[in-house]
Amino acid sequence: MALNRKVAYIDLDKEEIRLEPIPMEWRRKFVGGRGLDAYLLYKNAPEGCDPLGPNNVAVISAGLLAGTLASASSRTHIAAKSPLTNLFGSANMGGFFAPEMRWAGIDHFIIRGKAHRPVYIYAHDGEIEIRDADGVWGAGVYDTQAIIRKELGDDETQILCIGQAGENLVRYASVMTGRKDAGARTGMGAVLGSKNLKAIACRGTMEIQISQPEEALEYNKAVIDQVISTKASQSMQRWGTNFMFGITNTTGLVRTRNFQYNQLPNSEGLEAENLDDYSIGMDACYGCQVHCRHRYVIKEGEYAGTYAQGPDFTSLGAFGTEVGCRSMNTVLVGNHLVNDYGIDTLEIGSMIAWAMELYEKSILTDKDTNGMKLEWGNDEAVIEMIKQVAFREGLGDILAEGPLPAAKKFGPDSMKYLIHVKGMSNLNTDERATPALALNVAVSSRGSDHLRGIPAIDLYNLPMDVLDSVYRSPDGYDGPLTNRFSEYEGKPRMVMWQELCYMAAESLGICKYHTVFLSPNHLTFEEFSKLIKLNTGLNFSEVDLWNCAHRSYTIERLFNLREGMTREDDMLSDRYFDEPTKLGLPVARGKSIDRDKFNAMVDQYYQLHEWSKAGIPTRELLKRLDISDLWSSENK
Amino acid sequence: MSRKIMIVDPEKCTGCRTCELVCSVKHNGVSAPSLARIHIVKWDNEGFYIPMHCQHCKDAPCMAVCPNDAIYRDEEMDSVRIDHDLCIGCKMCVSACPFGAMGWNPKRGRVFKCDLCHGDPQCVRFCDIKAVDYVETSKLQNERMREAAENYAELVRRYAR
Repeated sequence: MALNRKVAYIDLDKEEIRLEPIPMEWRRKFVGGRGLDAYLLYKNAPEGCDPLGPNNVAVISAGLLAGTLASASSRTHIAAKSPLTNLFGSANMGGFFAPEMRWAGIDHFIIRGKAHRPVYIYAHDGEIEIRDADGVWGAGVYDTQAIIRKELGDDETQILCIGQAGENLVRYASVMTGRKDAGARTGMGAVLGSKNLKAIACRGTMEIQISQPEEALEYNKAVIDQVISTKASQSMQRWGTNFMFGITNTTGLVRTRNFQYNQLPNSEGLEAENLDDYSIGMDACYGCQVHCRHRYVIKEGEYAGTYAQGPDFTSLGAFGTEVGCRSMNTVLVGNHLVNDYGIDTLEIGSMIAWAMELYEKSILTDKDTNGMKLEWGNDEAVIEMIKQVAFREGLGDILAEGPLPAAKKFGPDSMKYLIHVKGMSNLNTDERATPALALNVAVSSRGSDHLRGIPAIDLYNLPMDVLDSVYRSPDGYDGPLTNRFSEYEGKPRMVMWQELCYMAAESLGICKYHTVFLSPNHLTFEEFSKLIKLNTGLNFSEVDLWNCAHRSYTIERLFNLREGMTREDDMLSDRYFDEPTKLGLPVARGKSIDRDKFNAMVDQYYQLHEWSKAGIPTRELLKRLDISDLWSSENK
Repeated sequence: MSRKIMIVDPEKCTGCRTCELVCSVKHNGVSAPSLARIHIVKWDNEGFYIPMHCQHCKDAPCMAVCPNDAIYRDEEMDSVRIDHDLCIGCKMCVSACPFGAMGWNPKRGRVFKCDLCHGDPQCVRFCDIKAVDYVETSKLQNERMREAAENYAELVRRYAR
C-alpha cells in the first residue's frame, strides 16, 4: 500500500529511532509531502529555536504519490526553520530519492538533535541505522554518493546529501541528490550540516500497491500524453528551462548587473542553443518523459572534461546576466561547482551580483576582495567567489552569511542595492514590468521565490477563456481576472491559485512542470484527484484538495507569523518602485511597480486567503480548516 | 510468426526508469523495480544509462540449463517463455542467464522474466523517446542506416544538386 509507509523520528543526539504509522486523519487534512511537512514542522520545531541549533528539526518527505503510477512523481521535500530567513524553510527536489524512500518503507523523516560525530542515516526495507560518516565528511556531493554506494556495496542506493557548503554552514547551502537535483532554497543544507548529518541513504524492495493497476496504467498514459503534447514540454524536452532565456531577455524581463538593467545585450552566447556544443544527451527524473536537463561535459578551462548536469534558466542568470557574464562555459562551470559544493545557484549568483555592484559603487574595495577585481563580466571572479563562499574564505565568509547579515557588515549604504524579500535573494528575473510576478515574489511563504506561486502563464497574454477555465476552478471564483501581464487587477487571485496548485502538486510529490506552470494545459486539481484515487484508493475531490492545500499554506503562514514576520515583510526592495527599467520592448521598458497598486494587491491577496489586513489568518478560516488548535489567542 | 524484436538505444535513454515502473505494475500490480523485468543500469558518475532486459536468445542458456523443460521458445512471438506449471523453482536459470534477466520473486516463489507483454511491451509503449523499442526485424537497421547515411545525403544536397 502507498498508505502504509512510516514516519521515522530520529534523534541524532540520543541515537534514538522510532517508526510510527501515518494516521489517516493526517492524510485527510494534509495529504502528504510538503503539505504534511508544514504541519510536522510547525508541531516539532520549538518556537524561536536557533535554525542551526540542535532543537531545529529537519523534516524530509516523499509525496503521497511518489513512486506510484503518477507521471513525474519523483519529488522529495525538505522543511526546517531556515537559517537564511529565520522563517519557514522549504525546498524541493527531483531525482530518484523519494521513490526509493518509499520502497525502503519511509514517507517522512523527522530529524532532531545533533550527532556527536559526522554520521549518515541508512534506511533499507523498513530498517534504519545511523552510520559513521568519517569517510565522506569533507567530500563533495558527487563523491559522497559514490563513496556511500561503494561502502554499502549497492549501486542502486539513492542518496540525499550535503556538500562542503552545508558542512561549512553556508546559510544557503543546498541538499542534493544525484548530480543535479537540488533542494536549494532557504539553506536546508546548513541545517543538516549543523546536525553533523552528511547524508541519508535509502534502498528498498518494499512494494507500493497500486489500488487500480490497470486503470492507473491507462490513465497515466493519458496524463503523459497530455503533458508532452504541449509546446512548453516539447521545448523543455529539448532545452530544459533554458528555452525561456531568449524570449525573456529580448522582452526585458531578465535581471542584469544585479538590478541595474532588465536585459543583457549581445548575450547570444547564453542562448539555449549553445548547450548543443556541450550536451551528451538529456536526463530525466524518476518516471518523467519531460527529461528537462542536459548531461554535459565542460570543454574549456580548469574543469575541462568534467561531467555534470543542468544548467537551468536560473543558472543562466546567476552566472550570466546578473553578473554581466556572457559565456556558456562559465555558466556550466558555475553550475557544476554549486552542485558539487551544495549551494543554492540562485542565492549565490544574486549575492555575487550584489557584491559586484557594491564594488562598482566603492562600498567594497580591493581591500575587501583581497585585490580581486570584482567587476561585471569577470568570469574568473565569479568562479572564485563560488569557491570562497563554499569554503568560507575571504569575502566569501561574509557572503556565506546571507544577504541581511552581510549587509549589516558592509554598512547601511549596501542595503539599497540589495534585492531580497524576507532576507532571501530574488531570482534572475526582473518583475518590474510584471505586477503578478512581483506580488508572488513578495508574498511567498519562504521568502523571495518564484516557485511558491508564480503565474508564469500570465506572461503569455492568453485569451480570457483560457484563464477563466484555469483560475476560476475548483472553488468557483467569480472575481476579476485580466490577461495582460502589465495589469494589476485580478493578479492576486492568480498568485493565490498558483500557490495552492503548487502546494497540492508538492504534497503529492509531482513535479511543478507537470502542473499549470509553463502551460495552461497541464495537470490541475481534477487530474490530481483522479491520480490519487487510482493509485491509493483514497477519495479526494478537487475541492477537498484545494482545501488541503489552503490548510497547509496557511500553516506555513502561521509558522512565519509565530517566528515574528509581519505584513511589512511581504514587501519588495525599494528599487522595484523607484527605479524604472531601462531596456527591453516597449511593454517592459520604463516600467516600475506602483506602490499604491502593489499595496492594494497585497490587500486583495490577503482577502482571498481569508487573512486579515495585517496578514493574519482569520479565526473563521482556522476554524473552517480545522486548525484552530495551532494558533492560540496569545499569538497576535 | 512475429518478426518483431526488442532493441535498446542507450544513446537515447534519459534514465527515467518509467519502463521499470510500468513493467512491475503491469505484471504484479505494484510499483517495485525489484520485480521489474527491465532495468536501467546506470553509471551515474559518467552519465550513461543502458536498459537491460531478456534478449530472448535463440540458443538460450536458461532454456538449456532448465532440468524440467519449463523454459521454451514461443515461435509465434519469437520469445523465450516460462511454463510455471513445469517450473520447480530451482533457480538454475537465474544463475545461467548471462544478462541477469531472470529474476526471482521470493514472495510468489517463482522466477520471472520479460514476456513481451504478449506483443505489446508496456516499457516500449511508455518510452516516449523509444530508447527501448519493439520493431519489425526488416526495419531494424533502417534508422541507423539513415542516420549514418545523413552525412552523404548532406553532401549531395550541397554539391550535387
